[in-house]
Amino acid sequence: MICPFWLHLRLFFVQIASMTPRKGERNMNDPLMIAGRSFRSRLLLGTGKFSSSRIMRDALAASETEIVTVALRRVDLADPGDNILSVVDTNRYLLLPNTSGARDAGEAVRLARLARAAGCGEWVKLEVTPDPQYLLPDPIETLKAAEILVKEGFVVLPYIGADPILAKRLEEVGSATVMPLGSPIGSNQGIKTRVSIEIIIEKANVPVVVDAGLGAPSHAAEAMEMGADAVLVNTAIAVAGDPVAMAVAFKKGVEAGREGFLAGLGRTRGVAEASSPLTGFLR
Amino acid sequence: MCFYDEMKGYHWDSVESEIMNRSRDDVEKALTSSSMNLDGLMSLVSPAAEPYLEEMAQRAHQVTQQRFGRVISLFAPLYLSNECTNSCVYCGFNMTNRIDRLTLTAEEALVEARAIRRLGFQHILLVSGEAPHLVTLPYLTSVVDLLRPLFPSISIEIYPMDTSSYEELIKHGVDGLIVYQESYNEDVYKQCHPRGRKSDFHWRLETPDRGGNAGFRRIGLGALLGLANWRVEAFFLALHAQYLLRHFWKSFITISFPRLRPAAGAFEPPCPVSDVQFVQLLAALRLLFPDAGLILSTRESPYLRDHLIPLGITSMSAGSRTEPGGYAHETHAEAQFAVADERPPEIVAEVIRSKGYEAVWKDWDAAFLH
Repeated sequence: MICPFWLHLRLFFVQIASMTPRKGERNMNDPLMIAGRSFRSRLLLGTGKFSSSRIMRDALAASETEIVTVALRRVDLADPGDNILSVVDTNRYLLLPNTSGARDAGEAVRLARLARAAGCGEWVKLEVTPDPQYLLPDPIETLKAAEILVKEGFVVLPYIGADPILAKRLEEVGSATVMPLGSPIGSNQGIKTRVSIEIIIEKANVPVVVDAGLGAPSHAAEAMEMGADAVLVNTAIAVAGDPVAMAVAFKKGVEAGREGFLAGLGRTRGVAEASSPLTGFLR
Repeated sequence: MCFYDEMKGYHWDSVESEIMNRSRDDVEKALTSSSMNLDGLMSLVSPAAEPYLEEMAQRAHQVTQQRFGRVISLFAPLYLSNECTNSCVYCGFNMTNRIDRLTLTAEEALVEARAIRRLGFQHILLVSGEAPHLVTLPYLTSVVDLLRPLFPSISIEIYPMDTSSYEELIKHGVDGLIVYQESYNEDVYKQCHPRGRKSDFHWRLETPDRGGNAGFRRIGLGALLGLANWRVEAFFLALHAQYLLRHFWKSFITISFPRLRPAAGAFEPPCPVSDVQFVQLLAALRLLFPDAGLILSTRESPYLRDHLIPLGITSMSAGSRTEPGGYAHETHAEAQFAVADERPPEIVAEVIRSKGYEAVWKDWDAAFLH
């Protein structure tokens, strides 16, 4: 005889299993939604630091990413043969210009407007990093810029420190996502801001994309297991010994982490749990 | 507070003695430490560190690749004038040298700039001797106004100016300032710069402070290698960079490595720096400053430049002409120094690619400033 408790538990797992898409269909049934647009991949890629355009193109393809961010400072918007822009096929990828290098809201807004005027679309990854050493985002200027850009019709994806209150404030002014850093950009240290990112995920009504510091596929998997909606990776892929193989590894890390999250991770316990409960006789 | 106040806390001879007496144990301690500091730098530039050069180079390579990726930025200098009121003993522009002098008109500068742009460059460095009566602020702003549409990034390496002049240049679109202290040894500095405004050690030393206060996005430092003990110069250069990073935290710091080359006047460097020492200096500074831009000019030979690409360099000049009018004009004007790497920029870019790096022509946008 199966007691009602176990029956419920079993039904719960059956439900979870039915929510978890089958092989080959998983992304179709579990899309990432940003600003009303649907994406199969939950891995966003950056385009800096690659040793050549060809390797960058191959890594983008291998990762199966659908959102590619490009630093406006690196590209020549007036040049159709620009070695980055010409590689990012906009039929295949959503081009996400970023304002890397901007020190304040005014500069970031100006860059975003220029990108839109040059035909780069409405989407912008907002980066306001006044400190060129650690490239940490300025919360005050980021919020100011987000508010202006949202009002002007941009789809704003802001890069932020892992600050739950800032994340809510950005959500309130209309940001399409929040993109907290796992650790300083390019540092490959993984998720050092776990406690704060957990709160951001818990409270968020917009997708949470863990943006910086992910140095290994396992870091990406960790972020996804925590319930992040997506991750953005650049350095770890661009400077890997084999960037294309690393792009594939990150794709798998993201998928594994997402599936683990959807499957419902077991609770971490500090002590062993007895398989023969001492109080079982009471039932 | 300015950098001189901080520098006074260190005596050149004591620093030199400390560096020269560092042991292999000190070097190993620095290399195994989780974070580098000035004390570690003293060990890494010491004679005791020479056996560790390969390890230092490997680390410098890794740190640079991590922070900057596999890219090398390219830029070109545009010499506006070789007129000079100083008499730096090592410089081809020394006022006592009997050479052909020339200051480009703004229109001539534009012709030069167009030639540089045709070579592919999008980052340009304006250079001149110290001739404030000819290379005036209005002259400079008129040149910058003409060049602005051609170049996303314009930097200057001219005579030291006051803060308000720098602010004016920034308004017109200059984003970077380079000023070499030449030597941080005050006595050596005075011997090498006997006349002219440049003889004022303090005025020059505080130039990066004025540039920082004015708001330059990039501030470049350097010591002229060959004038005094390079190991001690490295210490003070690092001290200076650390000071600037604390006080002007929004500015990107770059370090250049000008090594004295033959020039008119036949100056023999009293403390020549060997290739091995050059690499030691480069690697040590990279390990202390993982985020600093490290710049290499065409003073160095093709052989050395090619091999330094993976060692920590982030930016190089190429195809440089160091005489005013050198790119597009018939000129007999004297060059500041003899260029050792005369290869055209596309060849240098090809070498960069062959080393597994991307040659980057644009890494800035005028839109940041306007």
